[in-house]
Amino acid sequence: MKRLLLALPLLLLAAFAGVALWRLSSPPDNIIRSKLEGQPVPAFALPAALPGRSGFDSASLADGKPRLLNIFASWCVPCIAEAPVLLDLQKSGVTIDAIAVRDRPEDIAAFLDRNGDPFGRIGSDLDSKVQMTLGSSGVPESFVIDGRGIIRYQHVGPIMPQDMATILTEMEKAR
Amino acid sequence: MIRVAILLTLATPAFADSNLPPSEWADRQLPDARQEAQAMTLMQEIRCLVCQGQSVADSDAELAGDMRALIRQRIAAGEKPADIRAWLIQRYGDWVSFSPPVKPLTWPLWAAPILILIAGGVLAGRKLSRRK
Repeated sequence: MKRLLLALPLLLLAAFAGVALWRLSSPPDNIIRSKLEGQPVPAFALPAALPGRSGFDSASLADGKPRLLNIFASWCVPCIAEAPVLLDLQKSGVTIDAIAVRDRPEDIAAFLDRNGDPFGRIGSDLDSKVQMTLGSSGVPESFVIDGRGIIRYQHVGPIMPQDMATILTEMEKAR
Repeated sequence: MIRVAILLTLATPAFADSNLPPSEWADRQLPDARQEAQAMTLMQEIRCLVCQGQSVADSDAELAGDMRALIRQRIAAGEKPADIRAWLIQRYGDWVSFSPPVKPLTWPLWAAPILILIAGGVLAGRKLSRRK
C-alpha cells in the first residue's frame, strides 16, 4: 500500500505524458459545424454582389427546388480549388446560389473570370453577418437546402472531387 | 540557396484575409460606457471561431472583428448579452462560449473543483490535527 502511494506521483506523470503524447500526435478535430442542420434557414436578405446579378433572401430559398448554398470569397485560396468541382456540379444540374463574404464587386468579377462561374444568384455579405447567421465559421462552406428552405447538409471546407458523390446524394435526398 | 532564402523572406504568409477594412464597430467602443462594458464582458466570453483558443476580444482574426461588431451593434440596439450568447450557441454550439452551461454533461466539470477542495481540506485537516 505504502509503495503504491509512493509510486502514485510517477504513475500520474506517466498518465499525463501518455495523454499529452496521444493528443499531440492526433489533435482533436477543430472543425466547427453549424448546429442548424435540419432547421429552416434563418431569415436574412443580401444585396447583389455584382452589378447585373441578383442578390437573394432566405424566403426565396423555399421555392420548391433544392439547391446548394455556397459561401465563398475571392480572397479565399481553397475556394479556387473548389471552383472546378462546383462547375461540374452545376453541369450535372445542381442549382448553386452563393454568398460572397467580405468582398468587392471587381474582385468577385475577376475571381469568376479566372475560375469559372457556376453560380445563379450571388449575395454580398460585407460584414460576415449572414455567415454567422448560418452558423458558418469560414470560407468555403456549402449548405444543401431543400425546397422548403430547410438546411439538410453542411460541407465544411472546399468541395473536392472525392466529395462530389456525397453532395449529389445529399442533393437527391433533399428533393 | 541564397536566392531561395531571399524569396522566402519576401513571400507573405498565405493568410486568409479580405481586402475590406474591419467592420466599423470591430475596434471602436460604444459611446455608452455601460453598454460598452456589457459588450466587453460578453466578447471576453465568446470564443473566436478562427483562433480557437482566444476570445473574440483578444483575437485579431477578421471574423472575430465581425463578431465584436455584431455583439456591439446588438447591445447598442438594446439586446441582452444573455440573448446574444444564446443566439451564438444556437448556431455554433456550447463550444462558442467560454463559460459552459450547467447541464448533466457538464456536472463533473462544475463539481470537480468543489470535490478537489473538499479532498484537499480533509487531507490538510488530518495533517494539521496529527501535528498537535
